[in-house]
Amino acid sequence: MSSLAASDQHAVSATTAIQPAWVRIAHWINALAMVLMIMSGWQIYNASPLFAFKFAKSITLGDWLAGALLWHFAAMWLLMINGLVYLALGFITGRFRKKLLPLTPAGVVSDVKAALTGRLSHDDLTTYNYVQKLLYAGIIVVGVLIVLSGLSMWKPVQLHWLVALFGGYDVARYVHFICMSAIVLFLAVHIALAVLVPKSLRAMIIGR
Amino acid sequence: MGRLRSLLIPGVDKHLLVRDAQKIMPDLARRRFIAGGASLGALTLLTGCDVSDSFSAEQMLKQVSKFNDGVQAFIFNPNALAPTFPESAITKPFPFNAYYDLEDAPTINGKDWKLEVRGLVDNKKSWTLEELYKLPQVKQVTRHICVEGWSAIGSWTGTPLRDFLKLIGADTRAKYCWFQCADSDGYNSPLDMASALHPQTQMTFKFGDEILPRAYGYPMKIRVPTKLGFKNPKYVISMEVTNDYKGGYWEDQGYNSFSGS
Repeated sequence: MSSLAASDQHAVSATTAIQPAWVRIAHWINALAMVLMIMSGWQIYNASPLFAFKFAKSITLGDWLAGALLWHFAAMWLLMINGLVYLALGFITGRFRKKLLPLTPAGVVSDVKAALTGRLSHDDLTTYNYVQKLLYAGIIVVGVLIVLSGLSMWKPVQLHWLVALFGGYDVARYVHFICMSAIVLFLAVHIALAVLVPKSLRAMIIGR
Repeated sequence: MGRLRSLLIPGVDKHLLVRDAQKIMPDLARRRFIAGGASLGALTLLTGCDVSDSFSAEQMLKQVSKFNDGVQAFIFNPNALAPTFPESAITKPFPFNAYYDLEDAPTINGKDWKLEVRGLVDNKKSWTLEELYKLPQVKQVTRHICVEGWSAIGSWTGTPLRDFLKLIGADTRAKYCWFQCADSDGYNSPLDMASALHPQTQMTFKFGDEILPRAYGYPMKIRVPTKLGFKNPKYVISMEVTNDYKGGYWEDQGYNSFSGS
């Protein structure tokens, strides 16, 4: 109890929030947009599955293809505009550089070992360990890739150069699906850890 | 159809019956896509605000879709060409795709068929297939992309639509070319004029160097490689140049109207 109170006081006295307001706002808008995109995306996938399975209708959005497309092409604005603001602020404020760099293979290896043996500390929420750095930097790259592959499928003629970069329309579909899978996996780990370390969730809601 | 017919009562005008039924029933085609989804209307109910039917997620999504029509028309580059492919890339067999089975596809006698031309054009004469075949034709090998996500590469040969529009003295400042098809349910689809005038938009008479088979829209389809497949009407029987948005078979059910690629 006392250590919790002490850490509270430490956070207050530091005055600067662990998660600044713009990060928290962007995070929760992104969370909503991602859920809408993923659930409507699953319904769209079901219209012409890439693999030998479909997503259960109960976890999809839009009821049928046209409805899912309406959701997907509405939520994409939320995802893209919020994502652009987040990326711009991340670079301008230096947050990406401060939080995500340096990202060294040696650091990742040692922290993965530490995490697997249960010795990875979560005491200081202001500093990311190398596993966090890798996951957070990685998911930003995946986020950019899923938007670019999505744009390729939406505008394969206007953005034919982008489609060519992915290696063709069909390849862009697989890239889009693989990025979705990566995001869903990330989400599972991300939510599990937020539950295991509740103060990280609190920091993303109230900042401290 | 047989199932519908058995529901009809002898002596009752089926059109009046349908009209009366429509008054009672909500438009299912319009409503089904939001069924089960959360509505903003429900949220306002929770907050105790006045709930109006127009303030729903469905309404909001439709507005965004209209906004997306505008965005797509804005970024549409009339000179950007759809990528073309070598003949070796053609998908074989090229899929037949419709909301009905191939056996139910329209069967058209090319000798009787005429393309009706209406609306804002100088010359409204109907065109026989023989007359249309005499117009200069070009071939394209392009990717057909379905709204469902799959795609296939095909070879289409025909007359650029913009050449035909010029020939009949169409008002190319009009907003749409609206196509009607021979499908029993009256398939139709509007094509915005910018896309109609795109150099690759084609009145197609041949697939893979052969007369367009029934499966792919005999006697004529409109091939628009800058649009999703459902905006490439088959079995076309008329074209109207118009400023009015007349809707379309799939567009009316919720698919984005521009659906450009």
